[in-house]
Amino acid sequence: MAYEYKPYNFVAPAGLTAPEDKKKVVIVGAGPIGLAMAIELANHGQPSVVLDDNNVVSVGSRAICWSKRSLEIFDRLGIAERALDKGVTWQIGRTFHRDKEVFSFDLQPDEGHKMPAFINLQQYYVEQFLIDRAQEIDLIDLRFQNKVVSLDQEPNGAILDIETPNGMYALEADYVLACDGARSPIRGMLGLEFEGEFFEERFLIADIEMEAEFPSERHFWFEPEFHAGQSALLHKQPDSIYRIDLQLGWDANPEHEMTPEVVIPRIEKVVGHSDFRLDWVSVYSFQCRRLQSFIHGRVIFVGDSAHIVSPFGARGGNGGLQDVDNLGWKLAAVLDGRADSRLLDSYDRERVYGADENIATSARSTKFMTPADGIERTFRDQVLNLADKAEFARSWVNSGRLSKPCTYPLDAPDNRRLPPSARPGTVAPDAPLAGDWLLSQLGRDMVLLALGRPAPDVGGCRVLSPGTNDAIRTRYLGAAEGAYYLIRPDQVVAARWVDAAVEEIKNAAASVWKGI
Amino acid sequence: MTLVTHPNLDEHDAFYAELLAAHRGLSDEESHALNARLVLILANHVGDLEALRAALELARK
Ligand SMILES: Cc1cc2nc3c(=O)[nH]c(=O)nc-3n(C[C@H](O)[C@H](O)[C@H](O)COP(=O)(O)OP(=O)(O)OC[C@H]3O[C@@H](n4cnc5c(N)ncnc54)[C@H](O)[C@@H]3O)c2cc1C
Repeated sequence: MAYEYKPYNFVAPAGLTAPEDKKKVVIVGAGPIGLAMAIELANHGQPSVVLDDNNVVSVGSRAICWSKRSLEIFDRLGIAERALDKGVTWQIGRTFHRDKEVFSFDLQPDEGHKMPAFINLQQYYVEQFLIDRAQEIDLIDLRFQNKVVSLDQEPNGAILDIETPNGMYALEADYVLACDGARSPIRGMLGLEFEGEFFEERFLIADIEMEAEFPSERHFWFEPEFHAGQSALLHKQPDSIYRIDLQLGWDANPEHEMTPEVVIPRIEKVVGHSDFRLDWVSVYSFQCRRLQSFIHGRVIFVGDSAHIVSPFGARGGNGGLQDVDNLGWKLAAVLDGRADSRLLDSYDRERVYGADENIATSARSTKFMTPADGIERTFRDQVLNLADKAEFARSWVNSGRLSKPCTYPLDAPDNRRLPPSARPGTVAPDAPLAGDWLLSQLGRDMVLLALGRPAPDVGGCRVLSPGTNDAIRTRYLGAAEGAYYLIRPDQVVAARWVDAAVEEIKNAAASVWKGI
Repeated sequence: MTLVTHPNLDEHDAFYAELLAAHRGLSDEESHALNARLVLILANHVGDLEALRAALELARK
């Protein structure tokens, strides 16, 4: 069934009648990233005002695939349960070249993690769940139909002019978080440019509803007979909705391609019948670009306003949620006076690094799917040709590499005897823990995880000393008999030791709050 | 692993002949495709990015 868009009420803000007090944080944009940002800040005790020019959730589904890390973040934001209940997963992926299946894979769930590898769920549901959650939180002041039209930077903040159905008003803030999406008007107001690669390629993205029996699988076609020379993708979403991506070529005329007379016959060819309803259709060209720096004075860019990627690999929304994860605790500490504003520089450094990895990975997938004529196409076709003959080539077939958090390059205490999968800079791997989960126990504090070692008193971080089990031993200890892990509030491993003196741990913790 | 550039294949004359034989009767396009497959297969066999990068560099010189 089609999603029912319910407009949210406009409430005349106080600022229309008298100037409002200066806000600590104003978030521009109530997309998934702005909303997640507000809830994350509230989780750290910080209030915010969220402004959105619109009054409905994302029109058209856009993001559908949410990664394990995003689900872990959703868990802390309080929407994971709803997302998991509503979302669907597929396990079997089939890849076709011309009309032949070249290989299939089965994504077995990884044991001993609270969250699955990913779910498919339309962006409008994610936004709806986030709005429901935000509206339960007193620290969040969510204002629909509040459009930011200008921004002035001040030494200690910024002033925004805001247009509403009842007129204009101004808000002053210590920090402005620009979560205003790929076209970011704030970027324009500051005169900033996106840098990077633009792909001369167009894709038709359509959501269709069909009740017909269709396996819950991901199908990817390279050069199918039904769509000569191009690529096509079919994915399942909840509510009997399927996502279809069709490569169109650069010369395609978007308006023409979106007309039902053109779209419907194309989709009939993909699904093999005409028993479906067209839910949403759009034509995109894709870019892999970012701002050179994500922090400009008191304006911080988060999500698509800071970086955009082509959607193969689902690194847009998922990457943005990792920005939120990285920024929330840092900004909260700065606002609280627990840390110097230099801590924020590490947001810029770390998330630029993360964005570059997402950009490189997405650009490689896009190149594989849409090779230029000549040698690029030769290599691509020969990888496909080898895929059904030699196992290695299957992993070279690149129809998107699902979003994973990057490993930040931290210069931190480490012991190479401990497993590489939990080295400093990586998100702490989840593990079952006496009826609960390690990540749930870590929560959003700085934590010292003492494994098979006495729990020392280290000021400023909570000590967790669980008993060990197989998963903890494999993921955290390897051959070592014990270890200390210092884990940041965003659940990233900050430092680790097989054994350490309290002073060493204290020094490492102090470095975390300094952003070094 | 560093790239091996000293003589490493004793039967190089034989291999050279077999390489040419593998291409016999192919069009230019088919030959390109065969070479591409060979590069991919051998790269996987080498299994070492550092050595492969050195090979790319040597080949481009
Ligand atoms: C076809 C497609 C498929 C995708 N698939 C995936 C996927 O599977 N997984 C994934 O993770 N990502 C995916 N993405 C990317 C994902 O949709 C984006 O990364 C995500 O929407 C970014 O969220 P955001 O909150 O930064 O920006 P947006 O969602 O664009 O939200 C920005 C918000 O700011 C508001 N705004 C703009 N200007 C103003 C203003 N002046 N004043 C007030 N408010 C303003 C807008 O109304 C909007 O609500 C896909 C994208 C596309 C196009």
